Amino acid sequence: MAEVTRGFFGRRKTARDGRLPPGQYDVGDDWPVLTAEVTPKLSTDTWTFAVEGLVERPRTWTWDEIRALPPSTYAGDIHCVTTWSKLGVTFGGVSVDTLLEAAGPLPAATHGLAFSHTGYTTNLPLADVTGGRAWVAWEFGGAPLPVDHGGPARLLVPHLYFWKSAKWVAGLRLLDHDEAGFWERNGYHDRGDPWLEQRYQGD
Amino acid sequence: MPTPAPPAGPIPWQTARVVAVRAETPRAKTFRLALPGPSGHRAGQHYVVRLTAPDGYTASRSYSVASAPDGSPEFELTVERLEDGEVSTFLHDVVEPGDDLEVRGPIGGWFVWDGETPALLVGGGSGIVPLMAMLRLARATQRSALVRMVISVRSPGDLYYADELPGPETAVVYTRQAPEATARPPGRLTADDLAGVVRPDATGYICGSSGFADHASDVLVGLGLPAERIRVERFGPSG
Repeated sequence: MAEVTRGFFGRRKTARDGRLPPGQYDVGDDWPVLTAEVTPKLSTDTWTFAVEGLVERPRTWTWDEIRALPPSTYAGDIHCVTTWSKLGVTFGGVSVDTLLEAAGPLPAATHGLAFSHTGYTTNLPLADVTGGRAWVAWEFGGAPLPVDHGGPARLLVPHLYFWKSAKWVAGLRLLDHDEAGFWERNGYHDRGDPWLEQRYQGD
Repeated sequence: MPTPAPPAGPIPWQTARVVAVRAETPRAKTFRLALPGPSGHRAGQHYVVRLTAPDGYTASRSYSVASAPDGSPEFELTVERLEDGEVSTFLHDVVEPGDDLEVRGPIGGWFVWDGETPALLVGGGSGIVPLMAMLRLARATQRSALVRMVISVRSPGDLYYADELPGPETAVVYTRQAPEATARPPGRLTADDLAGVVRPDATGYICGSSGFADHASDVLVGLGLPAERIRVERFGPSG
């Protein structure tokens, strides 16, 4: 139970927005950039996305190929572990379901390790990237995804803290075990459910 | 890269006593906190500070540690006052020595320097804070030869730790207004400012706004430091 801080009453003028998970605040129109790496300069001429590992048919899509797949959009909220949330956003791209369907996950596959063109990685249970809950996204608010937010394309797993939504995503490797990614090796939670406040290892 | 084993359970919330508060600039204050036991932080890590209202409402923000690891229960957080910041304005306007604050940490295993390898520290404005923990560690352990620090600020009044900063391993670049005796005209960080301090075996640590971090990264990569040798911490609006 939290201890009351002397003199603190909070700035809320209105009732707390029910879309905000515990410990989060509404960042409004801002969209903070929090990246641990140098922003890469990726060309859509050479950009690729791969599904590999425990699949029947390892697949790699070029920029033109992935954009020719059936489009899918997300409208909702995103939540960063640093406590900001951004409400009512829209992303456009392709459902990860579509990509996995093409590759055919093997029965043994239980987890995915998303990897980026920068070398960034993040781990996800397969159940968190299937069932219409994950995308490879290249549009934000109807415009191309800015490079500092992961453009040309990023993973989008909006029901988990946003470090799971790997910027500059290059692929998804299916595994039969959970393998910690970049932030997960550096103290952050393996799953990262904002509604359970799974911020750090052990939460 | 060596990574410490994750803790067995959740990182606990602890109550820290505010033992001192001092102004670094008109917009930045350093809070010296004392924990019940050793802080155990590494240079570059941060703590989360949580404020709780009587009705249970809480607000949490992360702040970098400015003090070097020294095995003691005390550590320092330097906090920039953001006008819209619910937590930073409270810390600046209300908190005083003797108050208790709930903290959680230390956190972060990437933007850290353990004092063993060559490091190039490049900070913009308040981005100096985690880098200062690294510089202080280097000086305290007689490892200054491993470290070079270049800090970019708008004007002399924006420079944190101004009394402590000068030394053979540090340089300050002014973007808007420089002290009178400065030969370099005010302007944004350039390759000339960093060319003399880049060594090929160094790890680059860049901290500042996202725009500063991207610019400084471009300059360092242009000077031959591989992108994968550069670690970045971007200070967003975190209030």
